[in-house]
Amino acid sequence: MTTLPDNNAGRPPRAVVGSQISQDEEMFGAAFDGQVIRRFRTYVRPYRRRIYVALAAVLVFTAAQLAIPLIIRYAIDEALVIENADGNLLSMAIAAFAIVIVINYGASYLQDRLVGLTGEHVIFDLRRAMFMHLQHVAMAFMDKTEIGRMMSRLQGDVNSLQEFLENSITVAGDVVLLFGIVAIMLLLDFKLGLLTLSVVPTLLIVRLIWLPRARLAFRRARETNSITNGALAEGIHAVRTVQGMGREAVNFALYGDKARENLAAHLRSAKFAQAMVPVVDTLTGAAMGIVVVVGGALVLDDALDVGVMVAFLFYIQRFFDPIRSLTIQYSVMQRAMASGQRIFEVLEVPIAIADKPDAADPVEIEGDIAFNNVTFGYTRDLPVLKDISFAVKRGETVALVGPTGSGKTSITSLLHRFYEVWDGGVTIDGRDVRDYTKAALGRHIAMVLQDPFLFTGSILENIRYRTKGASRDDVEQAARVVGAHDFITALPDGYDTELIQQGRNLSLGQRQLLSFARALVADAKILVLDEATASIDSYTERQIQIGLARLLEGRTGIVIAHRLATVRGADRIIVLQEGHIVETGTHDALVAEGGLYARLYALNYASFDDIPEDVMQDAISAQART
Amino acid sequence: MATGNPKTAGKPPGDGITLRQQAYIGMSQTTDHRNGTDAAVLWRIIGLALRYKFRFAVAVGATIAASAFQLMIPRFLGDAVDNAMGMLSGTSIAPALAREALLDAALLLLGVSILRGAFTLLHNYGGEAIGHLIAYDLRLAFYAKLQELSFSFHDGIHSGELITRGMLDLEGVRMFVNTGVLRLVLLTCLIGAGGYLLLSTDLLLGLLSFSFVPFVAWRSSVARLRLRALWLALQQRMGTLGQIMDENLSGIRVVRAFGAERYEVGKYDVAADDARLIADERIKTRASSTSVMTFAYFIAMGLVLWVGGLRVLDGTMTVGTLTVFLTFITILQTPVRQLGLLVNSLARASTCGGRLFDLLDLEPGIRDQPGAKPLSVSKGALSFEEVSFAYSGVGGPPVLHDVSFTVARGRTVGIVGPPGSGKSTIANLLPRYYDPSSGRITIDGQDIRHATLASLRQAVRVVQQDAFLFTASLENNIAYGDPWADDGMIQDAASTAQIDGFVGGLPEGYGTLVGERGVSLSGGQKQRIAIARAAMLRSSVLIFDDSTAAIDAETEQRIREALKTPMQNCATIIISHRLGALRHADEIIFLEGGRIVERGDHDSLVAAKGRYAALFNLQSRNEDDLATPDIQGAAE
Repeated sequence: MTTLPDNNAGRPPRAVVGSQISQDEEMFGAAFDGQVIRRFRTYVRPYRRRIYVALAAVLVFTAAQLAIPLIIRYAIDEALVIENADGNLLSMAIAAFAIVIVINYGASYLQDRLVGLTGEHVIFDLRRAMFMHLQHVAMAFMDKTEIGRMMSRLQGDVNSLQEFLENSITVAGDVVLLFGIVAIMLLLDFKLGLLTLSVVPTLLIVRLIWLPRARLAFRRARETNSITNGALAEGIHAVRTVQGMGREAVNFALYGDKARENLAAHLRSAKFAQAMVPVVDTLTGAAMGIVVVVGGALVLDDALDVGVMVAFLFYIQRFFDPIRSLTIQYSVMQRAMASGQRIFEVLEVPIAIADKPDAADPVEIEGDIAFNNVTFGYTRDLPVLKDISFAVKRGETVALVGPTGSGKTSITSLLHRFYEVWDGGVTIDGRDVRDYTKAALGRHIAMVLQDPFLFTGSILENIRYRTKGASRDDVEQAARVVGAHDFITALPDGYDTELIQQGRNLSLGQRQLLSFARALVADAKILVLDEATASIDSYTERQIQIGLARLLEGRTGIVIAHRLATVRGADRIIVLQEGHIVETGTHDALVAEGGLYARLYALNYASFDDIPEDVMQDAISAQART
Repeated sequence: MATGNPKTAGKPPGDGITLRQQAYIGMSQTTDHRNGTDAAVLWRIIGLALRYKFRFAVAVGATIAASAFQLMIPRFLGDAVDNAMGMLSGTSIAPALAREALLDAALLLLGVSILRGAFTLLHNYGGEAIGHLIAYDLRLAFYAKLQELSFSFHDGIHSGELITRGMLDLEGVRMFVNTGVLRLVLLTCLIGAGGYLLLSTDLLLGLLSFSFVPFVAWRSSVARLRLRALWLALQQRMGTLGQIMDENLSGIRVVRAFGAERYEVGKYDVAADDARLIADERIKTRASSTSVMTFAYFIAMGLVLWVGGLRVLDGTMTVGTLTVFLTFITILQTPVRQLGLLVNSLARASTCGGRLFDLLDLEPGIRDQPGAKPLSVSKGALSFEEVSFAYSGVGGPPVLHDVSFTVARGRTVGIVGPPGSGKSTIANLLPRYYDPSSGRITIDGQDIRHATLASLRQAVRVVQQDAFLFTASLENNIAYGDPWADDGMIQDAASTAQIDGFVGGLPEGYGTLVGERGVSLSGGQKQRIAIARAAMLRSSVLIFDDSTAAIDAETEQRIREALKTPMQNCATIIISHRLGALRHADEIIFLEGGRIVERGDHDSLVAAKGRYAALFNLQSRNEDDLATPDIQGAAE
């Protein structure tokens, strides 16, 4: 069935389009999960009163609906068909009708509005709670989290809970309507009621057979949708590569296969969706037939009022709606429980690092840093830093150098208390970082990360970021100092240029300069900088070196350095290896010492990242031998 | 994974100006498409449906039949009520006859219900099926068009916008057949035939029964359009909210580094409140329109009951006929309320269809010229002849200015220059991702514009700086240009690109998936995969567009060694800002502002002590630091 372009080889091509993993996280579990419901109550509780009112409105609305056929019955039997028909009684019936429909109107409005708004608000609260929570959960958790999955919880799962919430109150209405109709029919005429209801088991049986198959078909349709759309998205993102490699024909054929599967799945699902229609119609017809034959005979025998027969016919028309929506509701509940589990999983991630009650929030700090016998790691029994001690005096710049995995980034993370130390302590101005508020650390330590992450928004907003007090002049001044001003003003809208897709419209070097400016505006005493490893063209590179020097002026600096130029500019160099400090000193001193640093330096690479792994290994093992 | 070359993003497009204008409007309800009027768009969708003539005819027929059977039910019910009261056609009859008539009525009711159900199934299934068939056709057309449209189009449109069109707009068109066309047929039949039946039975009562129809029709249409506008506004705001959350999570280290949690929550709250206002508005609109429509319907019912009751009291009407009127109203209620959906469907289909057709009607800016011949490569000599280029066509700021150079087979030209000097543009012109504004590019004397695109792009390979890797196995990624390659070819290419050692160390080797669930690759590894991709293919012109920037110098050197043999049969262009990579080129071109300012081999350029020499000094000295003389200054 694949219509791939013929390429003589008698085997399928090594080619696929779209992601090879089904994105569908949806699973079907229990329709009721006590734990989810319990946790959920916390979020519903603030709206308790509204919900009671809504529930009351639903009941009134349903009661009014149940009453209408009864009024018609009353009008026919008491006012119209008896011997001495009475116009007054008809007027009374009409008046009752009028009252009931006004009540119905009010209740319907109240119900729709309250149910909708409450569902919406609970959902907004829940999403905000998740977002807030994520701001404070342990970094270690965020490290392991795929953003896409988290987003699908914040959006998809939250939406399916909303669907559930909105429906859950109407379910109450459906149940009442269903039992109400049954009760009224049986009360009006027990025998006829029982006979009419005899069609219900048939419906239930058919529906039970139908449901699992239909659900599979619906699910398959959804899955093929996400597969086809995934392939389309890939085709859009990769269009330049596709055209460059001449893969149009092959990809089109592969996409065609996916689209065909999607079509087949949808046709099948449409068949299932419609299959119940004739069943319900037939059963409705059968129920009407029963009322006509049996009820009609009873009326003829004067054993039944004709109004009752009419009322029965009206109830039958309404009878199948709640059954249908209740079975739909079952799937909604299953989905909601699965979503609820995933949402509460997020909310249950412990907040690893919270402010102490008496945490310090000083206005100014001096910027003395000390690591005292610090041991730390990400996984139990695998320490990354082993009993590390060093101090950085205010105003001093220290370069951290060492092979991948030697613990450089861990040091900077611990200073900012992204993680908790296992043993020992990190102090700023002699006070343990755990005794500062997180806000204070954020204010006094500026960080420039290897990946200069920018946000959607203008350049101005990005440089200012959370430093609210910074004026436009401050921002421009900072950009000038780090050497970003020229390229910014060359952009069509200058500082107001909007960054597209997180700054993808700028080069890496330019983004790096913006992140320098951002750190400068934050004006913190301590600066932590993780130098970008990716190679940047020499022109921007020079600009960055100048910016870096300006940035460090008058601040305490810890720089994870990759480039020799940066390392040499530092006051002191700390050489790390496998979580230990192996050497400390100025460039000249270290070179004179003839240790690991001297060996690496002698290899004459402009950047430590340029050193191929095997050469690096050689240097390290040579070091070990001496 | 970035989308292609970031340097080309955001440049004005050559074709698809209308699209660009709409690119950031997203899903706003713009009707500013060039595809004629809304009616023309809707007719075009119907035209697509008419490709499936038989299905379409069956669906329309079934819709009419379903509504006809639907309309019979009230009459049978009414007759049955009269029969039960011992009447037939308004006159009293014997109980035995009445019983017989009741049985007949019951059987008719059952039969008609079955038929109604069967035809409703055909009607709905037919509508859905045609919709999905149209969607399938459009999906393929959309995908093909996308692959065909040139770079300048893709530069000018946000990828998210294209995805919106290919998914949501397509849905809007798909739904039109069932919720638009067929529902219109159904409503016309029900209201038309039903109206005739009721009005001809009793004019006043008929009018009262229908009194709710115009009001509900109007109300539901207005409400639907309002709800649609609100929905679109909500989607847009939820999109903003989603973006804030997404960026917060992706940039969590920046957020925490700046202690900006509170600032971020503030940002979130502004967007969330904005969205919530619209969401609330939506719910209020829905609640008020639903309840008022039900109310109108019940008023009509009450009036019928009242006036009809009076008639029964007068003896001018039977209870059965009153039942006919009452059940009629019940039957009409749902379809009339759905009129809003119909209006919604029309509005949605016309905007969605307009946007979709706009795109499908675009002609690619670059394609085979009439009479284009396959490129015939004999010597494999490449030449730029006074080539100028501007991204926004003639009149825009030129990116290249009268650039001329030649590369013979087996020779290498290196290109260097500051950012924005036009280096990548040269790489993009060769495979005709763009066409020059003036001058020409030839391969063995043939203007590349006169060759077929397929043959040209087979002959010219560009290795981009920013390689796109697919969520597929490593071997699929390497063999991207030749899916029929055998294992040996893939391994050879990988070893040329110095990535074989890395791949061999993975537990699943070449079958390892790339991406979130598989292996994540560093920048240098991605570039090596891209080099392997090109190394797999035989080509006559090979261009490395800064494609080793993230690879360490040592490995780069090994790759260059490994490429030596294949490069003997190629004209090679190496664009790099790392001069080590260019050192051995036969000619080095220094570009600045789109012009060639210096050219020659490495030694002569160094000797000339110009810009190249300054750059070379900058890069070769380890002690380069802030004291390095200005490059531009040294050149003067």
